[in-house]
Amino acid sequence: MTTRIQAQGGLKVFRRGPDLFRILCGVASVLTVATLAWMVFEITHQSLPAIHKFGFGFITDGRWVPNRDAFGILPFLVGTSVSAFIAILFALPLGLAVAIFLSEDFLAPPIRQFIRFTVEMLAAIPSVVYGLWGIFVVIPLVKIFGQWAVVTFKGVPILGTLFAPPAYGNSMLTASLVLALMILPTITAISRAALVAVPATLREGSYALGATRWETILGVLLPTAAPGIVAATILALGRAMGETMAVAMLIGNSSRLTSSLLSPAGTLAGLLANQFGEADGLQINSLMYAALVLMALTLLVNVLGEAVLRYTQRQTAGIR
Amino acid sequence: MEPSTASAASPTESAEPRADFLKVTQFNFHYGKKQALFDVNLDIPQRQVTAFIGPSGCGKSTLLRNFNRMNDLIDGVRHEGNITINGHSIFDPKIEIIALRRSIGMVFQKSNPFPKSIYENIVYSLRIAGQNNRRVLDETVERSLQGAALWEEVKDRLHDSALSLSGGQMQRLCIARAIANRPEVLLMDEPCSALDPIATAKVEELIHELKKEFTIVIVTHNMQQATRCSDLTAFFYLGKLIEFDRTQKIFSNPAQKQTEDYITGRFG
Repeated sequence: MTTRIQAQGGLKVFRRGPDLFRILCGVASVLTVATLAWMVFEITHQSLPAIHKFGFGFITDGRWVPNRDAFGILPFLVGTSVSAFIAILFALPLGLAVAIFLSEDFLAPPIRQFIRFTVEMLAAIPSVVYGLWGIFVVIPLVKIFGQWAVVTFKGVPILGTLFAPPAYGNSMLTASLVLALMILPTITAISRAALVAVPATLREGSYALGATRWETILGVLLPTAAPGIVAATILALGRAMGETMAVAMLIGNSSRLTSSLLSPAGTLAGLLANQFGEADGLQINSLMYAALVLMALTLLVNVLGEAVLRYTQRQTAGIR
Repeated sequence: MEPSTASAASPTESAEPRADFLKVTQFNFHYGKKQALFDVNLDIPQRQVTAFIGPSGCGKSTLLRNFNRMNDLIDGVRHEGNITINGHSIFDPKIEIIALRRSIGMVFQKSNPFPKSIYENIVYSLRIAGQNNRRVLDETVERSLQGAALWEEVKDRLHDSALSLSGGQMQRLCIARAIANRPEVLLMDEPCSALDPIATAKVEELIHELKKEFTIVIVTHNMQQATRCSDLTAFFYLGKLIEFDRTQKIFSNPAQKQTEDYITGRFG
């Protein structure tokens, strides 16, 4: 009996509490949403003159010449997409391999835990440090590779175009490689979680049918974890597109559109970081317009990733 | 080559059912320091249903999972004694574990369809063996689903996700998947514990049909189920085989006091 009365007493106190608690939580969440709305509003507002002047042509125009008030972001839009895409191309197989390795019992748990921790720590390294490391390590390596590739692939149809001279160190390839490393933890962590979440009964079911470990991984575990892996890829893509500092330090920041991965290029984020400090007039409006496009792009990618992730959770809930 | 393969296949099919098809001899099993089975001796006859009963933790599932060496997946296990299938030791180093598991189907406590289509679930074991002939696969799907009494219900949606089936249908799909490869033995680890009474009745009916072709070992917590669908019953308690006899005998006139106490519900 006493416990019941105590419980009711406790309940009363609890009931009086939530009012303040609820207000605090409500304010916090409203503030979060309001901040996003405010950002969108401010950027849109600031970019209005450029929107009026260039319209959709802003996206399809390839010239960015500030002293002639000619502003088109096509090279940067392409640079953002291509660098993110190449980064995924490198990071997905590698990240997935690490995720599989860490989700199976190939290693003793403490070693597995250590590797997992190390890979996830890659996400904690500041962007600027990646940039510096890229300057001192990746750029010289890409230069050596570039000089070799230019000679080797000369005249070869597609490769000849992708690796056309001159071979600079500051290039699309350098930026993409460092981006790949930066998004590796995202891909590994989410894919590993998806693989670990595959119910043990499915693994047993596969073994009981005479499957080997690799057949089980390829035939059952990866397909079951596929939605999570897709979500990981999309979230990593979003991160690669928005990444600023390391890319600005490594890509060469050129507004020329070229097909060679060894040439300098530019991304939207890099453009903003490089030019905003010294911009005035219509250039500011144009940069804000570019920011708006970038934000729309990354928001879209993130919403997509989130949607796929939810879909995963519903899917695996069906199996369990 | 034709006649020789035919003659190699025929003896097992036409011969008299073997009384010790699955033979367990002086079998001990340990999970690390904990011993789970003590000196078990058991002869399981071919093409009959043998039920393993006993309270939780008595070792019945452990023994079941030894027949297809699923316990190999667990670290730190070891055994003494032997188990033979049709005269061949399953622990013979020359035996390939993949081949062993292909000749023994297993149905789990919780249905575990892969997140693939109904069709792909059933042909999974054939595909990993490299069989991709469409006609063979189609035939296998129909034969297995009919064998699992599921064909009529799903024949028009073979390519739908297996996860769209009801719980009872999923378990029968898992049975179909287990028999797709024409195993000789079918192990069932509490196959009905997650099913409602109607689905349970269907699976039990199915077990009756399946014993014409397969040697079935079923672990169950449900004593009515053991009486309904098994020919023989083995009662385990604390890792020891207490009594093994015709099911009718076990449930009407058990020789051991412990067996009687358990089946009359005095403990367990």
